[in-house]
Parts: sequence; C-alpha cells; structure tokens
Amino acid sequence: MNHLDALEAESIYILREAFAKLDRLAILWSLGKDSNVVLWLARKAFFGHVPFPVLHVDTGKKFPEMYAFRDRYAKEWGLNFIAEPCPPIEAVDPTLPPAARSAARKTLGLKQALEKHGFEGLILGIRRDEEALRAKERYFSPRGADNSWDMKDQPPEFWNQYMTDFPPGTHVRVHPILHWTEVDIWRYTKRENIPVIDLYFARDGKRYRSLGDRDITFPVASEARTIDEIIRELETTKVPERAGRALDHETEDAFERLRAAGYM
Amino acid sequence: MTSEDRPLKIVIVGHVDHGKSTLVGRLLHDTGSLPEGKVEAIRAMSERRGMPFEWAFLLDAIQAERDQGITIDTTQIRFRTERRPYVIIDAPGHKEFLKNMVTGAANSEAALLLIDAAEGVQEQSRRHGYLLHLLGVRQVAVLVNKMDLVGYAAERFGQVAEDYRAYLAGLGVEPVAFIPVSAREGDNIVRHSPAMPWYQGPSVVETLDRFAHLPPPVDRPLRMPVQDVYKFDHRRIIAGRIESGSLAVGDEVVFSPSNKTARIRTIEAWNVPEAPERASAGQSIGVTLDEQIFIERGEVMSHLEGAPMESNVFRARIFWLGQVPLETGRQYLMKLGTTETRVTVEAIERVIDTDDLSSRPADRIPRNGAGEVVLRARRLLAVDEYESNPATGRFVLVEDYRPVGGGIISMEGYPDQRRLVTVKSTNIHAVGHAVTREARQARNGHKGGVLWFTGLSGAGKSTLALALERELFAKGYHVYVLDGDNIRSGLNANLGFSPDDRAENIRRVGEVAALFADAGFIAISAFISPYRADRERARRAAGGDFHEIWVKASLETCERRDPKGLYRKARAGEIPDFTGISSPYEPPESPELVIATDELPEEECLARLVRYVEEHFRT
Ligand SMILES: Nc1nc2c(ncn2[C@@H]2O[C@H](COP(=O)(O)OP(=O)(O)OP(=O)(O)O)[C@@H](O)[C@H]2O)c(=O)[nH]1
Ligand SMILES: [Mg+2]
Repeated sequence: MNHLDALEAESIYILREAFAKLDRLAILWSLGKDSNVVLWLARKAFFGHVPFPVLHVDTGKKFPEMYAFRDRYAKEWGLNFIAEPCPPIEAVDPTLPPAARSAARKTLGLKQALEKHGFEGLILGIRRDEEALRAKERYFSPRGADNSWDMKDQPPEFWNQYMTDFPPGTHVRVHPILHWTEVDIWRYTKRENIPVIDLYFARDGKRYRSLGDRDITFPVASEARTIDEIIRELETTKVPERAGRALDHETEDAFERLRAAGYM
Repeated sequence: MTSEDRPLKIVIVGHVDHGKSTLVGRLLHDTGSLPEGKVEAIRAMSERRGMPFEWAFLLDAIQAERDQGITIDTTQIRFRTERRPYVIIDAPGHKEFLKNMVTGAANSEAALLLIDAAEGVQEQSRRHGYLLHLLGVRQVAVLVNKMDLVGYAAERFGQVAEDYRAYLAGLGVEPVAFIPVSAREGDNIVRHSPAMPWYQGPSVVETLDRFAHLPPPVDRPLRMPVQDVYKFDHRRIIAGRIESGSLAVGDEVVFSPSNKTARIRTIEAWNVPEAPERASAGQSIGVTLDEQIFIERGEVMSHLEGAPMESNVFRARIFWLGQVPLETGRQYLMKLGTTETRVTVEAIERVIDTDDLSSRPADRIPRNGAGEVVLRARRLLAVDEYESNPATGRFVLVEDYRPVGGGIISMEGYPDQRRLVTVKSTNIHAVGHAVTREARQARNGHKGGVLWFTGLSGAGKSTLALALERELFAKGYHVYVLDGDNIRSGLNANLGFSPDDRAENIRRVGEVAALFADAGFIAISAFISPYRADRERARRAAGGDFHEIWVKASLETCERRDPKGLYRKARAGEIPDFTGISSPYEPPESPELVIATDELPEEECLARLVRYVEEHFRT
C-alpha cells in the first residue's frame, strides 16, 4: 500500500462511518480541488453512488468557470444536487473587514441551509495543512446549536472511534481529508484523473492555488500549466497555499473568530 | 526514497511547559519546512502584543493558547527530513488537557518525550510515559530539554536520564535514546551542539530517522469489522476496512458473533481497471458473498481458522478521561470495532498510580487515572486480546455522547464461548417421546428438574448434594447427583482445567442434567461453575425446570476449611486458574435459593433444601 492508498483508505473509512451513523447527511461542494476529491472519495466509498445530497452554498460571486463545472458534473455524476443562496451582504455585520464580512455571509448562508434541510452531519473538505487552526481539528467535529465550534474543549478522538452521537439540536462536521496535504490532493487528482477547473493552471504567469469568491481571491505568480508542474512547484515553494486569500491576512484572530462562529 | 513515501507519525509529549511546542517550532524552522513569512509574522505579532517571541506560537494558534503560553489542543503538522516525511503531533502537557494528549498520541508510531533539565521528571512526564505504553506506542526517545538553563552540564543530564530510565524500566520500556537538547537555542536538534561536546549520541533529527515504520498487520489473522451493508444496485456489498490479515476471492469466511459462514464471491471496487482478486490490512473494501446471509454492521469477518473469541465478559486495562469517575456497577456505551453495546463495570480489580506504578484495590477510577476492570455486556461479542490483535482488541467507552475512556482487552481467566454456542451438526431433528412428561410425573409423584449448586471450592456443595440425595431418596424421590467423580472420570475424561475445558465441562453437565430432568429425575449438580454465562446456558438447556442454588461461603472460610488442600497448592502457584485465587467466581445475580454454609449449621442447610424441594417438586 503506498501513501495515496493509505490516505484514500482512511478517508473512505470516515465517509462510511458518517453514512452509517448520521441520519441526515450532506456533503458541501465548493467546486474547488479539495471538495472535488471528497466527492470522488464518496463515489469510491459507495461504489459509484453518492448516497446523500451534495450542497453548494452559493455566494453568487464565483468565477463563471466554476458554475459551468458545477452544472456539468452534477449531471454527469448523477448527484442529488442542492444549491442554496447566501443572504444579501447587507444582512451581515458591517463592522467586519471586507473579506471577513464576505466569509461571515457564507457562514450565514450555510447555517440557513442546514436549518432548512435539517442536516445533522455535514461533510467538508478542509485539511490540517491549510492553516494552524484547522491543524487542531477532529475528523468528527461537533458543533453547537448556533453552529459554533468550541475549539478549547474538543472531544477526544482516538483508535478510529469518532463522536457520532450528539445532543439534539447540535450537528457534526465530518472532515474526511483532514490528514491530506495540498500536494497529496494534486497527486491523487492526477492518479485518479479527477476533473478540475482550469483556473488552477497558470495563464500569463499566474494561477489560483485556492479558489474562493471572485472579489477576495487572487492568483499567485506561477508557470505551472499541468498537474505535474503544479506538483513540482509545490515540492519546492515556500509560499503558503492561502496566500491569495485576503481573509487570512486582515487581523491576527479574524480567522479564529470566523471558525468559532461556524466558518469552514 | 521517493517523495510519495508514507509519513511516519511522531508525537511529542511531556510535562507542561517542558518545551514541546518550542521543539516542534524549532524542528520546522531548522529543517526549512516553514512557509515564507511565517516566522516574521509571528515576530510581528509578538511585538504588537508586547510579548517575547516564542517558537511555540507556530503551533499554539488559538488566542487563548498564546495568551496563556500553554498548549490546549493537539496539532498535527507535516514536515520532512532528507530521509523521509513525517507527521509531527504536538500534544499538550497540562493535565487538564490529557484527553487531547491521548488524541494526539493514540495514532502515533513513535514518541519524543521531553523533560525539563532544571525541573526534572514531573507528574505528567510519568503519566505520559505510562499512557504511551498503554496506547501501544513502543518506540520512544527521551529528550532532556532546556540544557541551557543548567549550564549544559553532563551530570544534570545524567541524573534526569537515570531517573526516567528507572521509571520506564518499571513498564518494561527501553527508550531508543536519551538526548540532551535546548529546543529554544537549537542545540542537538538538527546538528550536534558545540555546547555539549561530551554528548556523542544522535541528534533529534537523526533519532527520528532511525525510528521504524509500523507495517500494516498483514500476517495476523483476518479481521474485517463490518461497517455497513450496501444495496445501491443489484449488488449486496459488505463494506469495511481490513484491520489485519488478508483475503482472496473464494475464501470461506465466518461472521462473528452470529457465526454465519459464506464464501467471498467478489471484491468490489469503483474506478479500477480490473476487479481485485485479493485485499489486505489497511484497505477499505467491499465484498459480495456466494450466499445471501443476513449480516449487520458490527459483526467481524474472519477466516474459519483463527476466528476471534466470543465472550460477554472480559478484562481490560483502561485509562479514564471522564469528569465523573468510573465506578463499579455503572454502565457505559462501548465502541469496539464497529460494534456498539452497553457494558457494566462488574469489578475494578485495581487502580494504578502512574507516579510509582503501584496498584491498589478501589471501587472507582478517577479522571486521568488508569486501572484494570472486568466488563460485562448483555450479549456475546467478538473480541480479540490486545496482545494478539491490537486493532480489534481495544475499545472506547462513551458517556453522555463523549468518549470518556479507552481500554485494551485481556481474556485471562475467561473462556472462549464460541464453540459452546455453535451447533456443529445441523441435520438433527428433535424426536418426540412416546411417554409424556405428565405421565412420568403422575407415576413418580413429583416433577423432574435440575438443582444446580454453585459456589466456591470448599463451600460445601458435594457434602450437601450427597446428604440431600440420601434424604430425598428416602422420601421416595427419583434423584441423582452429578459431580466431579461420576462426570470427570467418564463423559468428560477428555477435558482438563483450562478456562475453555472448564466451560465445556459445565456445558456437558448442563445437558446431562437436562436429560435427567426430562426423564423425571431431580438432578443435583455440584460443580463450582464460576461463570454466569455457563450457568445461564445450563438453565436454557433445562427449559423451565432449573433451580440455581448458591452454596455460599466466603473465600476466607473456604480457604480455612480447605478439605482437599487445594487452596494451599493454588496459593503456592501449583494449580493454575484456581477459582477465587487466580480465576474469577461470578456470584449468581438472582439465584432461586441461597444456602449460607458459613452462617448456618449443616442440618439447617439440609433442612432448608429439603423444604425447598418439597414445596417446588411435589405434585
Ligand atoms: N531556556 C529555555 N527555555 C525553553 C526551552 N525550550 C522551551 N523553553 C521555554 O519554555 C516555555 C514553555 O515552552 P513550550 O514549548 O510552550 O512548552 P510546552 O511543553 O509545549 O508546554 P505545553 O504544551 O503547554 O505543555 C517557553 O517560554 C519556552 O520559550 C529551552 O530549551 N531553553
Ligand atoms: Mg505546547
């Protein structure tokens, strides 16, 4: 068993635990490279089927390529696809800096979607190596009634036993690729031939490493035009993955407050 | 080595403030693993807050962690040396966050344990050492940190190392290295430090590179706990992860504890060029079977040879994280593989003091404590001993939704109940008797039934059984005593005294007693029969005519009486598995009758028995 096989086996185990134990489960599809891998892993885990809804919380501000990608694969992969809009930006705390406000809007959209559909489990494609708070996450992360993450008192998680029962009114976030890194994602995407949006590949000396909303995500300098070139770039680069995300740079604890409030 | 190699998982443990996070920060920095601008950002943040720069801030990302200079939750981070990639798991040292230390340590393949050279070995240094052992982390290196605070003195290093070596020796753990370091100054982390020319051993990075990967246990017997059964299309797929061993298409497998068997027809997979023919430990797979047997989540698939044990009671060494202590008599949800079941703490055999490894009896295990317990479930479970199969020999206890403890299983003194419940020949049909039970009763003037005596050796079972037989015979009853003499020499001559053989002995006695009862006799059995499960089985065999009679005397009394000198031999270690001494006696929970032979004179005991029979058996 090589490294990618081991990563895949662990993720499949987690997805199957979530499906066996959680009644109303959904997978959050942000259309980026990570959630594409999660969807792919779900198809592996369930032998070609994705036996729960696939939710896109739509800010309305994604790149046009992303919408085209979404509509194509929702159909091709036979997904039970749900798109839910985010509330208008005016509904969100105006004292927040711009990127944080935008993220808070998405959190609110997610919260409304969860309430509307009554999901008790939500599968998300976050990874530990993205940033320092996610590095402290659990595979099964319980959330309070108001969506909140109590990062200072997380349940223990060991020996492949996860917190799969929780008090009424709360829900759980499931993170099946928590243990993957950015370069793992690309190696696997290549091995499995998973479709990705072209924005990840360099054009005019720039490419997106991470895809968020159009107005708060910026491309980084790069000449990588293929997955192989991306992998080579990542093996040597010292630029952090989320460098192009305005959100991470506004204030020191902006991200902590957002995550505590339910941001992914 | 290629960059696709599997990373080795290393946990960093030790007492609060001994420098774990600093070490990790330093390792990341000195091996060039940090992203651009990271150190500058932390420096700027420290200045802004008017705090000295700390390497630990690279890991301690929660505001409260930075404010208090303490790690609250465990962090996992990837880094690589020239040799290979690693997952470094930084664990908190404060005892308040032991649950998070366990979360970090439980999945590691090796550990670095840090001890502050100035403070020396502290409470959590020892507790973490103990937990590593219990969690099965066998590769350990000890780092004596903050050598800069003790003037890089070899003597101080020697003292601290010796102190801790002695503690680990008590656990049977031999660390691969003791290394003097200064995490903050970077001494002996990547390179050898000129400040400690007296130290010739490996640096931290060299030590990491010497740890070995733990290969998946492909050589152990097959275990695949069933996660789910899918029926998305025409296929009925049994899904799960192979925890140990391997399998191939065509293999005959058994599911425990239901004991159903079938053959593997296919191994299913999606998006692969051709269907796999075999699979092994570590893989998450799905199989279809040649027969449509009913299987559920929670069963364990294995080969027929080397199947797991089955039992509803077992021993475990546990660690406890719950706010409320673990107590005798309490119930918890147990998660074992993919099974969930309620278990009762039947006994706490000892509590272990992780400071000096001494143990004492107690009826509770406090938060962050450890001990040995006996747990009982309401139904049979497929279990492995941790020593023979770690992945399926350990479990988690849950209370109020939260994991509160973990344990590793030992079956010492308890039998495998599998063959006792398995009906080997399946083509047997019950034969109706020409003479009815009522006809026999009418002729005999009494009902048939089983008087099942149970109790410690020396409690008085045989004496009372024989006296009762004489009395009842004189009163015209059809009565017969089954005891060691007439059973062991014939019917059960092929059985010894191992837990398995003893269980089989009792099973046969139960069946024979049931036949006697059916023939209209009062069968009196006089065996210790220490296990509740065995007596329950005898009760089922007898149908309704079963009377459990606890011939009760304290262990002290029995040992004092010691009519056959057996206790003396058992104490001397000459008899293994002796009930009450080296093997458990499970008292009846609701016996039909209790005869306390250490409280009543023998005539009174006998009189009560005779009265009981007259009341229950005369027609
Ligand atoms: N002088 C000196 N101080 C050190 C050294 N290593 C760590 N420290 C200091 O010790 C303090 C605690 O270090 P941490 O790395 O936070 O300790 P920790 O073991 O991670 O603590 P917890 O995670 O809270 O248990 C910090 O102020 C460090 O700067 C060292 O080698 N020498
Ligand atoms: Mg720390």
